[in-house]
Amino acid sequence: MNIQFASFNEILAMGGHGLYVWVAVTVSVAVLAALLVVPWQSHTRALNQVRLRLERHAGGSAEEGVD
Amino acid sequence: MVTEVKKWQWFYRLGSPRWFYEITGRWLPWLLCAASLLLASGLFWGLLVAPPDARQGNSFRIIYLHVPAAILALVGYYIMALAGAVGLIWRIKMSFMVMKSAAPIGAALTFIALFTGAVWGKPSWGTYWVWDARITSMLILLFLYLGVLALQRAFSSAEMAYRASAILALVGTINIPIIYKSVDWWHTLHQPATLKLTSASSIHIDMLQPLIVMICGFYVFYVVALCLFTRAEIIRREATSAWVRALVSNESSR
Amino acid sequence: MPELARTPSFLAYVRRDVLLAYRRLGDTVAPLIFFTMVCTLVPLGLSPDPQRLSEIAPGIMWIMALLATLLSIERIFAFDFEDGSLEQLLIAPQLIALPVLAKIVAHWLVTGLPLTLLSPLLAMTLSLPTSAYPAMLLSLAIGSAYLSAVGAVGASLTVSLGRGGLLLPLLVVPLYMPIMIFGTATVFYAVDGLHWSGPLAAMGAMLCAALALCPLAAAAALRVTSA
Repeated sequence: MNIQFASFNEILAMGGHGLYVWVAVTVSVAVLAALLVVPWQSHTRALNQVRLRLERHAGGSAEEGVD
Repeated sequence: MVTEVKKWQWFYRLGSPRWFYEITGRWLPWLLCAASLLLASGLFWGLLVAPPDARQGNSFRIIYLHVPAAILALVGYYIMALAGAVGLIWRIKMSFMVMKSAAPIGAALTFIALFTGAVWGKPSWGTYWVWDARITSMLILLFLYLGVLALQRAFSSAEMAYRASAILALVGTINIPIIYKSVDWWHTLHQPATLKLTSASSIHIDMLQPLIVMICGFYVFYVVALCLFTRAEIIRREATSAWVRALVSNESSR
Repeated sequence: MPELARTPSFLAYVRRDVLLAYRRLGDTVAPLIFFTMVCTLVPLGLSPDPQRLSEIAPGIMWIMALLATLLSIERIFAFDFEDGSLEQLLIAPQLIALPVLAKIVAHWLVTGLPLTLLSPLLAMTLSLPTSAYPAMLLSLAIGSAYLSAVGAVGASLTVSLGRGGLLLPLLVVPLYMPIMIFGTATVFYAVDGLHWSGPLAAMGAMLCAALALCPLAAAAALRVTSA
């Protein structure tokens, strides 16, 4: 497995096409990361909302099934 | 009779949101590891190790993001439509939740495919946008995704939203081959030279191997993202059920 | 014993919708006026040079016809939804797909057909060569019928969401792209003197498929969104 580039600078330059390649990579990785972060946050938010509702009901009436 | 019921149990279990939630809760860390490994190694291999293309130099390396994204974008639409069909036919709410989750993922992947395609186009043909048959079809696919996303959010009743967007997804599915074929034909009318984004038939094995790794990585990533979105949707829709409340109170008591 | 409904009921539905459209003449004629007006935007916005206009005339006319149809497809179910007759249609003991097909036919009779008949006038203003007129008429006639059919599916999905939004055009425009590709190709072929029966046949095939499938899809969507 031999790397095609001799130095880090060469990796950044990509033979003149560095800007295109790295912009494409950055944007793609950013979108993929967002596809993980957004649902995770949404999930946490949903759980928190359930927790809030539970606490409200537990603190309020003592009756069961008053949903 | 009992063995017959046992055979289909996996299908009905799949329809239980609680079972899906618990199973994905256990499998997600492993799937995420697998996806990260595949994507990281594939990117390293493709960006740094694979030999540069004779004609396009190093800009061809964008292929390692463009092609897998495009493949998953198209496959993702069919997954979304299939989930919608299953939900409509067998009335399985779980299937609708998967369908709803597939929409934003597919739209994002289509965007990646279009963006990387445009960025690749500049060094290869001197312009950011080329009305190439494949790119144009991908753009129309993005519109189809956006339509499903918009329709999903337009209804106040969740049940209506699910079923309407399932129907729209199915209508889109029938149209996708028509769209691809007609755009292909249109392109041959107006462009004398066929500009191919990937000459797949003549791709060298040294360049092909990392591409396969990336495609596999994207597939696993898709499953991870789908599970994450679906789990959030499950909590939202099943918020009043006993198991969710038990789950939340167990977590808060820890 | 009263006779059970036979095929006349299909024509009765068509007649009803055409009559209702005639009673709302303003709404019905508006797409045609829109078509005429935006076709005059082109020379104003680009150039009045006949040579340049004739090069793009087929595409312009098709795009404008498509936009004009887009404005009118909401009407297929919206008025009936508002006054409750759509609900009556849905609970009647019959195949919903048949009245839906009747509504598609009526919509075409009231929108697509007049557009087609109006097109030679506009083609003249856009310097389309007269040799291409037959191709243009046929392509618009078949194409606009397809637009009505596919548009009905979009209209059925959004019927309960209130009128005047852009959601319906958003859903339907990607589905309109293939027929437009073949429609404009038909006229361009005719302008260049080539055989234009090929793309026209493709359009015919698409129309047949649409007439068979769209009423079913629209009926299913109506049951979901307005029941």
